[in-house]
Amino acid sequence: MSTDVLNLNLRVWRQSGPNDPGGFRTYRLNGVTTHMSFLEMLDVLNEQLIASGEEPVAFDHDCREGICGMCSLMINGQAHGPDKATTTCQLHMRRFSDGDTITIEPWRAASFPVIRDLVVDRSAFDRIISAGGFVSVNTGNAPDGNAIPVPGVKQEVAMDGAACIGCGACVAACKNASAMLFVSAKVSQLAVLPQGHPERNARVLSMVAQMDKEGFGSCTNTSECEAACPAEVSVSHIARLNREYLRATIFAET
Amino acid sequence: MVRVASDTLNSRVPDGALQQKWDKHRFDLKLVNPANKRKFTVIVVGTGLAGGSAAASMAELGYNVKAFCFQDSPRRAHSIAAQGGINAAKNYQNDGDSVWRLFYDTLKGGDYRAREANVYRLAQVSTSIIDQCVAQGVPFAREYGGTLANRSFGGAQVSRTFYCRGQTGQQLLLGAYQAMMRQVGTGKVKLFARREMLELVVVDGFARGIVVRNLVTGQLETHTADAVVICTGGYGNAYYLSTMAKGSNVTAAWRCARRGALFANPCYTQIHPTCIPVTGDYQSKLTLMSESLRNDGRVWVPSKKGDKRPPDQIPDDERDYYLERRYPSFGNLAPRDISSRAAKERCDAGNGVGETGLAVFLDFRDAIKRDGEDVIRKKYGNLFHMYNKITAEDPYRQPMRIFPAVHYTMGGLWVDYNLMSNVPGLYVLGEANFSDHGANRLGASALMQGLSDGYFVIPYTIGDHLATAKLAKVSDDHPACVQARKDAEDRISKLLSVQGKRSVDSFHRELGLLLWDKCGMARNRAGLTDAIGRIRELREQYWKDVRVLGSGASLNQSLEKAGRVADFMEFAELLATDALHREESCGGHFREEYQTDEGEAARNDADFSYVGAWEFTGTGQDPILHKEPLVFENVKPSTRSYK
Repeated sequence: MSTDVLNLNLRVWRQSGPNDPGGFRTYRLNGVTTHMSFLEMLDVLNEQLIASGEEPVAFDHDCREGICGMCSLMINGQAHGPDKATTTCQLHMRRFSDGDTITIEPWRAASFPVIRDLVVDRSAFDRIISAGGFVSVNTGNAPDGNAIPVPGVKQEVAMDGAACIGCGACVAACKNASAMLFVSAKVSQLAVLPQGHPERNARVLSMVAQMDKEGFGSCTNTSECEAACPAEVSVSHIARLNREYLRATIFAET
Repeated sequence: MVRVASDTLNSRVPDGALQQKWDKHRFDLKLVNPANKRKFTVIVVGTGLAGGSAAASMAELGYNVKAFCFQDSPRRAHSIAAQGGINAAKNYQNDGDSVWRLFYDTLKGGDYRAREANVYRLAQVSTSIIDQCVAQGVPFAREYGGTLANRSFGGAQVSRTFYCRGQTGQQLLLGAYQAMMRQVGTGKVKLFARREMLELVVVDGFARGIVVRNLVTGQLETHTADAVVICTGGYGNAYYLSTMAKGSNVTAAWRCARRGALFANPCYTQIHPTCIPVTGDYQSKLTLMSESLRNDGRVWVPSKKGDKRPPDQIPDDERDYYLERRYPSFGNLAPRDISSRAAKERCDAGNGVGETGLAVFLDFRDAIKRDGEDVIRKKYGNLFHMYNKITAEDPYRQPMRIFPAVHYTMGGLWVDYNLMSNVPGLYVLGEANFSDHGANRLGASALMQGLSDGYFVIPYTIGDHLATAKLAKVSDDHPACVQARKDAEDRISKLLSVQGKRSVDSFHRELGLLLWDKCGMARNRAGLTDAIGRIRELREQYWKDVRVLGSGASLNQSLEKAGRVADFMEFAELLATDALHREESCGGHFREEYQTDEGEAARNDADFSYVGAWEFTGTGQDPILHKEPLVFENVKPSTRSYK
């Protein structure tokens, strides 16, 4: 593997707290190697800032292997940057060129308020799951795992939805800041599986109600969410959510 | 000289035949009646598989639960990154599996350094875990007929591993998370995200609360309860580079140790054989390539030293499939400690590949030829994708390059059979305790243990404590709470006031490198002695020269890291001390002085068949060793052979 070195200009959103208006600051960063991940590049920037006495840039991250959903970032206007099916932590600097100016912003959505710099509050997603994104089965009640066969095809569809990492890129990418892809991924997983059937109607109604309450926008079928989704969750789940919602409004007992 | 306590630790393993112990014990445990459960509050720190499942299950029973995590959401806990699968003795494949076999494999895999009764219980409840997860809607892989699918995993000759593509941990965690969020909805669980535990509150000898820092506002909060359950994972990030999440840390566990909880077997660290090799000194973390890949991938190096030809130009008779050569009956599925050491042995001999020579090949050529690319893609697509993102190489066309990396820690806070530490009311679950994996953990067993502890052990055992302890109410202004809060506050001010020249990360890297060199895959007396001295010096330097900018009154990620690294600096000394004292090789702990002629680990059962649990006596002071003798009534410890 050969290593190339990049010299970059970084336009980074700095905001000291929720009530600070915030703004861009530009930093020069030299000697970035192309094997670095994007977040490692930010680590190097932060080391440079600390050395110069400036507070480092706050950004969320944890597993750095693309699965925990904690990292975010709008990179040159794209959620998780330019690569398809890739979280920011899995984006590598070989994707950029020497001399590039890279603009780095937090997720922008009223329901995801900025806490500091690039860190936003995504607890709205937890509240949506809490409203109905589960199967109500207490520990200890379960029948044998093979008691209910699940056809492989259905299991695959359920798994496609379940793969959502809850990062919020769908919301950030959507011009309406809609959370429909996130909500549909869970509704879809549990609607397809037999285990989810008893609560099927109540679930979709209460999850959608919570989604609206959190202030997320409506879906206008632009599919930008699907394009931005690092877990490749398909908008076909949104179609299923709409069907489930319609079905529930007609058949729900309450 | 090691200071050894005169008494031995009581594991409180119930009497009776191994198969009946847990059933009998569940009957003997005191119950809290349903109406009284709502009078008790339990704190759960950490929301991974152990914490999430424990919080959900205890709330379902009626206890008031307060759940804490440092991440922005409980769903981020690092259990989510487990790839390969979860073991259970279902014997769905009709291939000879049984509870006994899972018990035996796990005990042997741990090199006979785990407690028999705990391991047996783990194997027993493994089957209920699968049922529970299926009922929650966890989308396990299925056969065409709709039944659950299995695959095989390292250290076992049966197929007992259940999986969800290459993201089993994610799906199991989301199952537990959803169960917990359901209880958040009912009000039985109160969720505190972006909170980091900084102190344990001990009142009259009982664990009664914690002090946390609200990571958004910087405020210290005190939470009191009737019991505290620590589910905060492992300490692999002491090595800086590991497959752990960046935030994973030892602080919660170490703070408990400083308040009197014993820390057991810290030298048992797992170095996983299949990780993507290090490429540069800016590297922030290592990425695991699931062990499940060894089902179809073959591990090899060139037979000739320094052979730099591209792999596809090296003919078969010039390849050394060293695992198949050395361990013909397990081959590429040899357990992790053994596979890691074998890779190190080949690289040390000069046969390693890649730019640094610190890598071996994991090759799918033969599997793709046999099964076709589509089959391989279906099994491992996401892993191949991840490998490609990181290395820009295509593993369908050329072999992966892999190298061992710190991955899991078998050591942890000491617990008895009830998973309670020596501090009454302080329970420890999952990777944070030491209990089930001995000196080496088998693949697909971490998820099993986390969920076993949370779903099926703590809901029973905690009631016994709550029913019998007769605890008085403790309020936030109790002197013990005030003191704990002050200790946390003082430490924060101290870190902020140093105003030195070096960043937290630069210290952390130095500590990590030191541990990796002297206390990694191979250890020896001179190296460990040297390491202990250097850790002390580094710790001293740290408190004189660390630079933490900003204030404690807002989100300050440098300050968070600074506190964690300060604790790693203390903990690392204990890790090395434990490794130095254990004069034998077992599982992940390999002492160069103690090996067989063939280079395999030489265990010393006569002198070291015990759990080494350390009592903290002060920073830089020699800790006191408490021993729990390991008794094997059902399986005779033998030399572990995978040949």
